Formats: sequence, structure tokens, C-alpha cells
Amino acid sequence: MKGRRVLATAGRLLVEIRHDPRTLVMVMVVPSVLMTLLRYAFSGQRAVFQHSGPAVLALFPFTAMFVVASISMLRERTGGTLERLFTSPLRNSELLGGYSLAFGSLAVVQAGLTASIALGPLGLDVAGPLWAILGMALLSSLLGSSLGLFLSAFARTEFQAVQFLPAFVLPQLLLCGLFVPRDSMAAVLHWISWALPLTYALDGVSRVSQGANLSGYFVRDLVVLASSVPAAVVAGALTLRRRTP
Amino acid sequence: MASPDRPGIAITDLLVRRRGSVVLDEVSLDIPAGVIFGLLGPSGSGKTTLMRAMMGLQRITSGSISVLGAEAGDRRLGSKVGYMPQAAALYGDLTVLENLRYFARLVNQPRARVAEVLEEVDMVPFTKARVDRLSGGQRARVSLAVALLPRPEVLILDEPTVGLDPLLRERLWGEFRAKASAGATVIVSSHVMEEASRCDELVLLREGRVVAAGSPASLLERAGASDLNAAFIALVQQAEREAA
Repeated sequence: MKGRRVLATAGRLLVEIRHDPRTLVMVMVVPSVLMTLLRYAFSGQRAVFQHSGPAVLALFPFTAMFVVASISMLRERTGGTLERLFTSPLRNSELLGGYSLAFGSLAVVQAGLTASIALGPLGLDVAGPLWAILGMALLSSLLGSSLGLFLSAFARTEFQAVQFLPAFVLPQLLLCGLFVPRDSMAAVLHWISWALPLTYALDGVSRVSQGANLSGYFVRDLVVLASSVPAAVVAGALTLRRRTP
Repeated sequence: MASPDRPGIAITDLLVRRRGSVVLDEVSLDIPAGVIFGLLGPSGSGKTTLMRAMMGLQRITSGSISVLGAEAGDRRLGSKVGYMPQAAALYGDLTVLENLRYFARLVNQPRARVAEVLEEVDMVPFTKARVDRLSGGQRARVSLAVALLPRPEVLILDEPTVGLDPLLRERLWGEFRAKASAGATVIVSSHVMEEASRCDELVLLREGRVVAAGSPASLLERAGASDLNAAFIALVQQAEREAA
């Protein structure tokens, strides 16, 4: 793996996004706007905002990076540039490394911006350390971009890729415990929720925001989330087939 | 650089089947270094599939392809082979310069090389233009520039001159000739017979089979024709009579 080619790829992706200011603004500003909406929609019930604010902080980067990464990779596939990259010395690992680096750094800025709005003017209280929340947000964004890269292999058009959001992301959001506590779900759904990585992201951030001890379950959450990222990257790498029929 | 007695590309009994139908049927070719090798045939004859197979992008059913002594698709060939696919395959939201700089970094070429290839394809005035605002012919030239970046020993060009004005076409053929004279293997596909006469060696493909191969002069002689278009028709008819 050559750092030079990883950096070149990450740089190229970031320049592409810079040339598309509308996408950039959406990625950076929309989470803060939604956070503000959440705060004032429940203006009489601060408890709801206190409960769901940290969760949203970790889940926004996931969804945003999922969409951006899957569309970028899909365009790479359909536009013929992926094939051109296959004929260059670039390795699959370097390509995916470049994607992770580019979207990971976007996610850091996005999560940082959303966190500073939520914790500052919106007055969200987080009992635990900020780094733990941001770390969870970063991990879930990396997971989002690597799952997006993987799933883009199963879309032929951008329409289909966008449909993966309701098809793959919404079920995870519904089952991760944000809307309904997981132990009050039907038993089957509760089991399924154990297999979905976002469940652990949500569990982790709620522990941090409630000031729980950052060991035991939090470490479990961190480990599950951190190992889902390489698993998704490997799955994504398997979809990058140089030789096509 | 490949020596004249060792072929740049050697293809032996190449068979490609796609969804049950045969796309390339027992194709064997020796493509020496230092020549312009023309791949001619109507659309659907298997030209693109053959070029993709040489690049290691096509799954092959049987047979073998060796490029500069390595198996086609070997990663070490990445910086020795330049490929220009039929579709431009560029990043539309990047400028010409940004596209070339990215590909140059992948093949480990300095920024100065970017200026050289832009000069070669006559695209210097469009350096700062976004690729999706260019015309089809301009995009094709940028795509060719990407293929030229690594100073390739093998250049595989899939219909490189489609949609170009005659002056530019003349200029690019001059470039191809210069690369071949410097020892590179240049493979050009085309369905325009007028371009065939500029090649040193020709292969006529039809329905995945090699109908005829040889220099333009020898093909004319064999067909007893005065131009390559007539020769192509005569050779196809001859092959069909033999098959019947």
C-alpha cells in the first residue's frame, strides 16, 4: 500500500466535492439545521432533546457519508473511471483507503460542526467526555461510507443507490433503539437489532451522554463498531472486480 | 523495450464467451513492438472485447495473452501500458488539469509530464476547463493524454480518432507513428477503412473471428482489390465461401 496513491485518491475526491458546493453545504449544514429543528420541535420537552440529541450526533454522519460514498463509487463504476483505475498501478486497498480518508475527514468536520452547535447554542448536556461522542460519530461515519461503497456494487443507477437509504439505513435507524427502547420490541426484532452495527453506535453515545462508566459495555460498543468498519471495507473490496464477463 | 523479434503482445487461442455466445473465437495474434497495429471490423465484431482482454479487464474463457512477457492484467504492467477506452472515462466535475494530475500521481509521473501530454494532444488552451463542459472530441483528446502519461511501451487505443476534425486526426496519427518508431507497440481500433492504410499491420475481425491479417499491401494483393474497403468485402466473402 502506497501512501502517495491513497493521498492522491483522497485529494481527488475532496476536489470533486469542492467543485460541487451544493453537496458540500448539504453535508455540512443540514445536520446542524436538523439538530436545531429537533431542539425547538421539542421546546417544551428538554428531556427528549437530551435523550435523542447525542444519538442524532452519531447517526447523521453515518447516513450522510453512506449516501455520498455510494453515489461517488457508483459514478466511478458507471463512468468507466473505475476500469481506468484498474489498468493503473492503484490497488483496491489504496482506492478504498483514499475513499475512507476523504469521507472520514469530511465526517470529522461535519460531526465537529454539529457537535459545537448542539453543545453550544442549543444547550445539549453531555455528562461524559466529548471525545467519546466525537469518536463514536467518526466511527459511524466511516461505517456509513464503507457500507455505501459496498452497496454501490448492487446499484445500476443513481436512483437505485438512493433507494438503498430507505432500504438499508432506515431499518437500522428504526431498530437501533432511538425511537423505541430495544427491550420493548418484538423478540425477533430485538435479536436482529443485535446484529446491526448502528445499535452499538447508539448504545455507545447514550452511555457517554448519561455519564456512564466508559468501560465494559462502552468498550464492547467501540470494539463492535470499530471491527464492522474493516469488515465492510473487505466486503467492498470483494465487489471491486477487475475482470468483468 | 521489447526487441523486434520478441512480440509486444502474443495472443494464443483466445476464446471469450459471454452468456453462452462466443464473442471471440480462437483468436491468435502476434503483435510486434515498433509497429502500428490496426484492429478493423464493424461494430460488434469483438474489437473492444479483444482490447479489454489485452488490458486484463475481460474475463476470458480459454487461451492466453502475454503483454511484454507478462500475463495480461499483471499489476506491474500498470505503468507500462496506456489504455484509452472507447468512452472517455474521466472525472466530469474536475478540470482537465485536475484529471491529469490525479492520473499522473497514480503512475508516478511528475507534474511536468502533464504539461507535455497536454501539448501532445493539443489541449493546452483547455487546461482549466471542466471536463463535463468539453465537446466529445476534446474529451477524447484528454482521455488519450491520460493514456500517454506513463510513456507507455504499449498503447491500446479504442477508436481514438472518432469525432475529431481531419487536421487533428492527422496530428494524432503523427503522434502514434512517432511512438511506434520509438519502439512502442501501438494498437488502434477503427471501423474507418481510410485509417487502415496508415497502419503497418492489420487484422480484420468479423463476428469474433480473424478474417484476415497482414500488411495493408498484402491484404490488397490477396483480395485483388484497389482499396481496403473493397479488399475487406472480398476477404469476408472469400472466408464465407471457405466456411460453407
